[in-house]
Amino acid sequence: MSSELYREQIIDLYENPLNYGELDPHDFSYEEDNPLCGDVVRIDVRLDERQRIADVRWRGEGCAISQASASLLTEEIKGLTLEEVKAFPKERLLELIGVPLSMARVKCALLSLKVLKAGAYGLPEPDEMRGEE
Amino acid sequence: MFDVEKVREDFPVLHQEVHPGVPLVYLDSAASSQKPRQVIEAMDHYYRHLHANVHRGIHTLSEAATNAYESARERVARFINAPEPETIVFVRNATEAINLVAATWGRRNVREGDEILLTEMEHHANLVPWMMLAEEKGAHLRYVPLTAQGLIDLSAVERYLNPRTKIFAFTAMSNVLGSITPVAALVSAAHSVGAIALVDAAQSVPHMPVDVQALDCDFLAFSGHKMCGPTGSGVLYGRRELLEAMPPYMGGGDMIRRVTFEGFETNDLPYKFEAGTPAIAEAVGLGAAVDYLNSLGMENVHRHEQFITNYAMEALSEVEGLKLLGPPAAQKGGLATFILEGIHPHDIAHIADEDGIAIRAGHHCAMPLHRKLGIAASARASFYVHTTTWEIDRLVQSLQRAREIFRLQRAS
Repeated sequence: MSSELYREQIIDLYENPLNYGELDPHDFSYEEDNPLCGDVVRIDVRLDERQRIADVRWRGEGCAISQASASLLTEEIKGLTLEEVKAFPKERLLELIGVPLSMARVKCALLSLKVLKAGAYGLPEPDEMRGEE
Repeated sequence: MFDVEKVREDFPVLHQEVHPGVPLVYLDSAASSQKPRQVIEAMDHYYRHLHANVHRGIHTLSEAATNAYESARERVARFINAPEPETIVFVRNATEAINLVAATWGRRNVREGDEILLTEMEHHANLVPWMMLAEEKGAHLRYVPLTAQGLIDLSAVERYLNPRTKIFAFTAMSNVLGSITPVAALVSAAHSVGAIALVDAAQSVPHMPVDVQALDCDFLAFSGHKMCGPTGSGVLYGRRELLEAMPPYMGGGDMIRRVTFEGFETNDLPYKFEAGTPAIAEAVGLGAAVDYLNSLGMENVHRHEQFITNYAMEALSEVEGLKLLGPPAAQKGGLATFILEGIHPHDIAHIADEDGIAIRAGHHCAMPLHRKLGIAASARASFYVHTTTWEIDRLVQSLQRAREIFRLQRAS
């Protein structure tokens, strides 16, 4: 059963995500969705006294690419400074994912990084409709 | 006799490999249909031999272009049994047709406190224009709830209609659930409280016989690109009295009878709503699409799609963990929307694409409906005149492969 995109690593991470869950207390937490496909990712981050990532947890739902990307990203940023997180290049995350992605799927792959950076910059959480009803 | 393999010969795009060695299976006609060579050739012929601007020139080509454009209008009018060609307004698509009504009839007739009735399964095209109008006017939007099967029943509609209802705008067939609505009964219910009825026929006109006089609807909107025609071609049918009383939509050339520095006088129907040089070649292509569908026969088209839908729903329900959305095949048009336990619709669509199969994944421009169903997204296979049972079999195989990749089942 081969698939260029859905390599073992992606499916492994989809089945057994890394750093999945909540972090309480945390220094910042942020959530965003990709309304096109309904992918949603929340990331909680705790910093140490030197403003480095001491611990990180994420949770969410969505396609295998968005979910695998959140695992890979949260694993990669442990120990980075807040400034390094803000400057984290998207090319690096795409490299970690390591499979060729079409334009539509790049959005799935980069959702977690978008969430992380928005949290790191202290942006207010998007005031959207998700909580209503 | 409907010979699907012969029909397939008419569609050049179907005869290609989307990846090396992987032939295309196109199951996304509800998003946009493919074009038969008859339509492509009609547009090519128009540009090679007939093109000039319409309704303006004295010269031969201008007259030829005008004739081609107006003949397309006549054929579209006959196709939906409109009483006269002047009640057919050419627009870009169903979206523009609905926006036109909301912005002209709506602005003139909807007031603060009035109600606009929609259903829970409308496409964004039949939601957002009314939201914009309601916000501007202080009117209220109300939504007819779906039954558990995803249908609209008349008694629910009757509960929501009241003397404050100004317009009931609803789909003839849901682009997500496939549910077919009882259009004539819904129109009649709207009329009984003095409301007008707009039918979003984007998913019905391409797939089944539609007769606007039998339906007695006030407005009917559809897109050419979903019925073998080109993108940029769409139709608003409107009852003559309503169209005549409506203010114009856009201003410019062709929509005026006379212009002075002080003002303008609007042109006759349908030109009043067709400002500027229209999409002439696209109208010609739409006319050719109508001829093509007529040559197949809309009853045959509908029967073929019902056969395929039945087949698809049975075949898909054999896939473990697969849940079909919407009503049984007898009450739906040519599509099957589903979710597959353990695999996100985007992943399903991606794996299908690796197998050459084009299906849609996402919310299909119906986010409120998906929220109501409690899901973020779904996968949709939609069918048309060229869809075969072996294509459905290919989809089922691909879904099995997706389950293997996601370790939900062993390789067979």
